[in-house]
Amino acid sequence: MARIEAEVGKPQGGFMKWIDDRFPFTKTMEHHVTKYYASKNFNWWYVFGVLAFVVLAIQLLTGIFLTMNYKPSAAEAFASVEYIMRDVEWGWLIRYMHSTGASFFFIVVYLHMFRAMLYGSYQKPRELIWLIGMLIFLVLMAEAFAGYLLPWGQMSYWGAQVIISLFGAIPVVGDALVEIIRGDYAISDITLNRFFALHVIVLPLALIGLVFVHIVALHEVGSNNPDGIDIKKLKDESGKPLDGIAFHPYHTSKDLVGIIVFLMIFSAVVFFAPDMGGYFLEHANFDPANMTATPEHIAPVWYFTPYYAILRAVPDKLWGFILFVAAVLLPVFLPWLDRSRVRSIRYRGWMYKSALTVFVITFFALLLLGLAPAEGAYVMLARIFSVLYFAFFLLMPFYTAMDKTKPVPDRVVYHD
Amino acid sequence: MTEDDLDRNRRHFLTVATVATGAVGAGFVAVPFISSLKPSARAQALGAPVEVPLGSMQPGEMVRVLWRGKLVFVLRRDEKMLASLPDAIDQLRDPDSEVVEQQPDYAANATRSLKPEYLVVEGSCTHLGCAPLEDFEVRPAEGWGGGFFCPCHGSKFDFAGRVFKGVPAPTNLRVPPHRFVRDDLILIGQDTGAA
Repeated sequence: MARIEAEVGKPQGGFMKWIDDRFPFTKTMEHHVTKYYASKNFNWWYVFGVLAFVVLAIQLLTGIFLTMNYKPSAAEAFASVEYIMRDVEWGWLIRYMHSTGASFFFIVVYLHMFRAMLYGSYQKPRELIWLIGMLIFLVLMAEAFAGYLLPWGQMSYWGAQVIISLFGAIPVVGDALVEIIRGDYAISDITLNRFFALHVIVLPLALIGLVFVHIVALHEVGSNNPDGIDIKKLKDESGKPLDGIAFHPYHTSKDLVGIIVFLMIFSAVVFFAPDMGGYFLEHANFDPANMTATPEHIAPVWYFTPYYAILRAVPDKLWGFILFVAAVLLPVFLPWLDRSRVRSIRYRGWMYKSALTVFVITFFALLLLGLAPAEGAYVMLARIFSVLYFAFFLLMPFYTAMDKTKPVPDRVVYHD
Repeated sequence: MTEDDLDRNRRHFLTVATVATGAVGAGFVAVPFISSLKPSARAQALGAPVEVPLGSMQPGEMVRVLWRGKLVFVLRRDEKMLASLPDAIDQLRDPDSEVVEQQPDYAANATRSLKPEYLVVEGSCTHLGCAPLEDFEVRPAEGWGGGFFCPCHGSKFDFAGRVFKGVPAPTNLRVPPHRFVRDDLILIGQDTGAA
């Protein structure tokens, strides 16, 4: 009796075993970190996923501290942001980190998405990772839009007015929908209050949940690589992919360098150009919201302007809205629009390479046109680039099927 | 009980019935939450009518007031403005105010107003809701007879708030319900009953 009791009560294998018997800590760490094998030829394009995670952390941290001083009411919002900027100790830094973080979130996410297009990361078997990623992108857009109303400046108010009015273009239910979004007959204190709730609770929760699912799905099928090959096909005796190295410590060390470089650039903007010449924080937003006068030149923040340019290129309200939504949603279908069996751009033919080049130029052109006033030649240019934008996606099944691809190697290749 | 004894039809029916009942319940619970998003009683009360005194208004002058948080223009049109209304009728999308929702019946006339002199329209572009600017200066060289111009996406309206063709705004500026309490006092937001 005494002997059995002693054995039962005695911890075997120490503290970690005690935990692991009750919670899959070691198992989870191995699966996702220390024994998660990713290709050893990752290049710098592969740093943006981690960077998106870093920006999310920055936004959550700074956001929490901003809510401690911000007041979500039409009467006090603008003044409370000024209060944070002037009277709260280090408040200016926290606020500028948050506003700069918003722009950097989109820079990082756009580059992360472009990486997937370069190396075919959305192709089978990673369609679901891409879909979840697109959902993250949509929630991020909503999060940024809701957040932009909160300072209650001129651009906050009139930008929201324009975007919410878009939903009024929907036949039959449009007007009722707009009233439910605003909670009032115009954008008001009520709208501001509910956008605050969306911005600090609903959408961040959704973002965190989706990011979690995105990573779980990624770790189930494994990361793609710049050669677009399946590294799980060739394994050594222990079952470890020949071309794979563990996420930790190998990829984490490399990512750390990326994070440091990123933080250097991020800090430079926060300290020396927090409004980025009016592109990160629009000048009109330094005036409090005024319901009786629209600013002379109204444009959304730069990360929305490619789609906004498409909206403005259409001289019809309903069709403008339809094409605007289509432009945002078309990338969702990439896994099925791309008929090529080759993932990486390294082994694709001239057609996809040209199409992707034109697409990148188109995206930047639309981004700039959306910032410019819709006058004269700009309108025609916006129409031409809108057509190119849609052509990239809608013609993809044809040019990716016809394209002459190169043979894909079995093992990763170094090109330097 | 073994697998063979299972009444699968019964089990299927119970599953469907449970899910359906749950869905109906969830639907009912959703009603208060969605309804709470609609304009509240206070928002509706704040949408009470507003009075605009006209006594000191000169011909050609415009005032801006807020009704239900929405911008409303009250323009006292001068003779020239009124005379110019028929000029560009063929360039307008809806010259005869045929889109019913854009004005009450009593404003569906040639001047889109109760009294020809006074135009009352919502200062919200029917495209995406920006506030149009007054551009009353006539510039024949540009073919501009005066009216309203929206700075956001370039929509144009005449002195009756009627939209020109070839601009993004689909319809005329909306005329809110309004009435004259006295000759020199307009009530915006109400067209019948006591002030």
